[in-house]
Amino acid sequence: MKALFYIIIFVVLMVACWQFVKLLGLTKKDDQTTTDKENNINGWLLLGLMAFIYGLMIWSLYGTREVLLPQLSASEEGYHIDILFKITMTLILIVQFIMQFLIFWFSFKFRGNTKKRAFFFADSHKLEIWWTVIPAIVLFVIIGYGLWTWNQVMDSSDAENPLVIELYAKQYQWEARYAGEDGTLGNGNVRFIEGANTMGVDMSDKNSADDIPLTADPVSFVKELHLPKGRKVIFKLRAQESLHSAYMPHFRAQINCVPGMVTQMAFTPSVTTAEMRQNDDIIKKYAGINKIREAKGEEAVEFDYLLLCNKVCGSGHYNMQLKIVVDEEADFNKWLATQKTFAESNL
Amino acid sequence: MSDHHHKETFVTKYIFSQDHKMISKQYLITGIIMGIIGVFMSMLFRLQIGFPEKSFGIIEAFLGRSGEGGVMTPDMYLSLVTIHGTIMVFFVLTAGLSGTFSNLLIPLQIGARDMASGFLNMVSYWLFFISSIIMVISLFVETGPAAAGWTIYPPLSALPELIPGSGLGMTLWLVSMAIFIASSLLGALNYIVTVLNLRTIGMKMTRLPLTIWAFFVTAIIGVVSFPVLLSAALLLIFDRSFGTSFYLSDIYVAGEVLHYKGGSPILFEHLFWFLGHPEVYIVILPAMGIVSEILATNSRKPIFGYRAMIMSIIAIAFLSTIVWGHHMFVTGMNPFLGSVFTFTTLLIAIPSAVKAFNWVTTIWRGNIQMSPATLFSIGFVSTFVTGGLTGIVLGDSALDINVHDTYFVVAHFHLVMGISAIFGMFAGVYHWFPKMYGKMMNKDLGFLHFWVTIIAAYGVFFPMHFVGLAGLPRRYYNNTAFPIFDDLLQINEVMTIFAIIGGLAQIIFLSNFFFSIYKGKKAPQNPWKANSLEWTTPVEHIHGNWPGEIPAVHRWPYDYSKTDENGDLWGGQDFTPQIVPIREGEEEF
Repeated sequence: MKALFYIIIFVVLMVACWQFVKLLGLTKKDDQTTTDKENNINGWLLLGLMAFIYGLMIWSLYGTREVLLPQLSASEEGYHIDILFKITMTLILIVQFIMQFLIFWFSFKFRGNTKKRAFFFADSHKLEIWWTVIPAIVLFVIIGYGLWTWNQVMDSSDAENPLVIELYAKQYQWEARYAGEDGTLGNGNVRFIEGANTMGVDMSDKNSADDIPLTADPVSFVKELHLPKGRKVIFKLRAQESLHSAYMPHFRAQINCVPGMVTQMAFTPSVTTAEMRQNDDIIKKYAGINKIREAKGEEAVEFDYLLLCNKVCGSGHYNMQLKIVVDEEADFNKWLATQKTFAESNL
Repeated sequence: MSDHHHKETFVTKYIFSQDHKMISKQYLITGIIMGIIGVFMSMLFRLQIGFPEKSFGIIEAFLGRSGEGGVMTPDMYLSLVTIHGTIMVFFVLTAGLSGTFSNLLIPLQIGARDMASGFLNMVSYWLFFISSIIMVISLFVETGPAAAGWTIYPPLSALPELIPGSGLGMTLWLVSMAIFIASSLLGALNYIVTVLNLRTIGMKMTRLPLTIWAFFVTAIIGVVSFPVLLSAALLLIFDRSFGTSFYLSDIYVAGEVLHYKGGSPILFEHLFWFLGHPEVYIVILPAMGIVSEILATNSRKPIFGYRAMIMSIIAIAFLSTIVWGHHMFVTGMNPFLGSVFTFTTLLIAIPSAVKAFNWVTTIWRGNIQMSPATLFSIGFVSTFVTGGLTGIVLGDSALDINVHDTYFVVAHFHLVMGISAIFGMFAGVYHWFPKMYGKMMNKDLGFLHFWVTIIAAYGVFFPMHFVGLAGLPRRYYNNTAFPIFDDLLQINEVMTIFAIIGGLAQIIFLSNFFFSIYKGKKAPQNPWKANSLEWTTPVEHIHGNWPGEIPAVHRWPYDYSKTDENGDLWGGQDFTPQIVPIREGEEEF
């Protein structure tokens, strides 16, 4: 019934709106064509709108600089993406700046006036060729550079001794296993799920025995996906019941997890967690975050890399995360040695 | 065609009408009502994103059990974004925009007595009406409406075990959309046939207003792509109800393995986006046509580059059918395929840029009459440019990786096709209201509506890009689960406040619209001093549009401010309607 109350308010506002305008007597004017006064007011307001849009652009660029992802990419592949991104964004902002200026300046400058007359100008092949060819050239450059980058990022065929990790997505958590000494993952399928074998690994596959499932840290009870700095990591992804997407924003990496299919992505981590915590962008961002958290009475947090789900997968989608830790390769190997293989844990 | 003067009953005139003008009004009113629902939903879920820790009486009042204590459940949040997307894209911006203006303007602007088939046209509207009713009913089912996102990717949309909204709610969604597709196909076929066959004497294809070109090409894209969505939906219905495995394979839910084997959700994505991408052009092309017409008329200048505008509409339409893969760069598709889709996608920027430059040149040295329709058209060009430019980021496969499915995407498509298309729709309503209802809308309310709406639109969607660049994924019920997003809350609050203001501003429009129908000033025959044929029909609607013969057409529709060799305006006025024969010594454009 309360909904009805809100709907009545809505209708009352509608009626009030019309009555208000009538009361002011503004409807008495000639409603057919616009008057010079209206053209003037709206012309100036359009100029004001241009200022508002520029202001908003600057506020958004400047005001958000401390909340964005750190400029430093945490993967070697991300470095290429960042360069392409910066070039593209610079170009876009320049074009945006010019186009908005033209739109609003012309609207203002040529606002209607009964004493003036428009200029009959219907066609100019020269102009049209110019503004077809120039965007085309610029775009071909962007496309070419983009495709080069795309191939750099997607091609992992030349990796020497890569680390192979399976990420397994299910409502609403991530599991993982490392390929072990043979560098090959044993087959997996949901039909093998049974008891402690929660990822559906085919234990009869000879490649499975040395695979290392990721388990929670015995002290903190937090699951941490460790990655080595400077070694190519190939991720193989599976999903249990729904589409998920493995999104690691700091590494500029993302790929969907699809039930019934194994998808793949790869990157080389280039900044350890410890190094990233010393990054200026991160220090500023986390100072801001901790200030907000303190005001809310929440405990302070430290930076960590994250894997999050980026394809809607159900009600818990918004909280499907896994902590990632990038170590120096020696530390990583030390950590990996403490983890039990399937054979050792008698699965 | 002379037997149009028989007496009509209330039912044949207002309900089962076969007159395109009445059908267009039916489309518009239905679209507006669906729009109120869709926009209201967005206000509710913006409250949730902006103020996740507060409770709101309005949420409890409208969502009941799913909003107990004034906080919505995650399932209801997903349902709201799903239905908001579905309603806005299909029911408001496809049927509400294209349905309204194609129906109103095609016969009037090409000089036809009615659509090729009035009966099919009526059926088309009533199928749309039924599908709207079913969609609204789905909001009230016990397990909640569909909740898998407007793209309804399986398996989430196929299995109620995964999310309750995929039960009856999803079934009703699919039924509603199947009927909707039938409606839009009947409409589109009718538009194509009418434009091709029923043009009046002298109305060559190269004399058609750009509105008609836009509606015509839109209808063709619709006919090509909507059936694919229908087949995708049918196969999904098979998977859901008859145990087939088109989209499903190797699924483990609630302790057991389901029997599905061999299907692929990626197949659904391909089928969906084969419609889904052309669909955004189905939404935006009519708005582009409307804006071209209004900008030319109110700048008192010909549209600049008429032929280039037509070519770019056709180029965009063609390219729109071969770019769908850019929605799927991170599905694990073959990188080479990704390269192809990057190439075709970025090519669309060329005809789009041509259109933007042509609009800007159209207002250059014009004599711009700032009617509410003009303001919304200028707003359209502005938001289309702002939103379109970020398409260059998203269409580039390498860059898409890191912003895919983040708020960057949400900001992009809301500006380039959401806000822009709705601006085109508003512009169209303000401009052709006199033709639809024979009354004028109130200008001052129109100005107020525009100014609040555009400020709010930019306030919501410009900062949203940066929330996306901070890595925030879309469709997150709550951003407080990750400390990394804690510092985005403030921006989210600002966006929510702008969203509420923008939503409430639509009350101004509704008030103006509904009161003007009854209390507005009587419209003159040609209020905007426009050239096109619709303004030669009488203000009072008659069946058959023109009382006598249909006028013949002698020129293109953009002879504004044309001068003779002495530099004087032809005929002493700054417009020359299409029905005026070419004068002696005048060169036809």
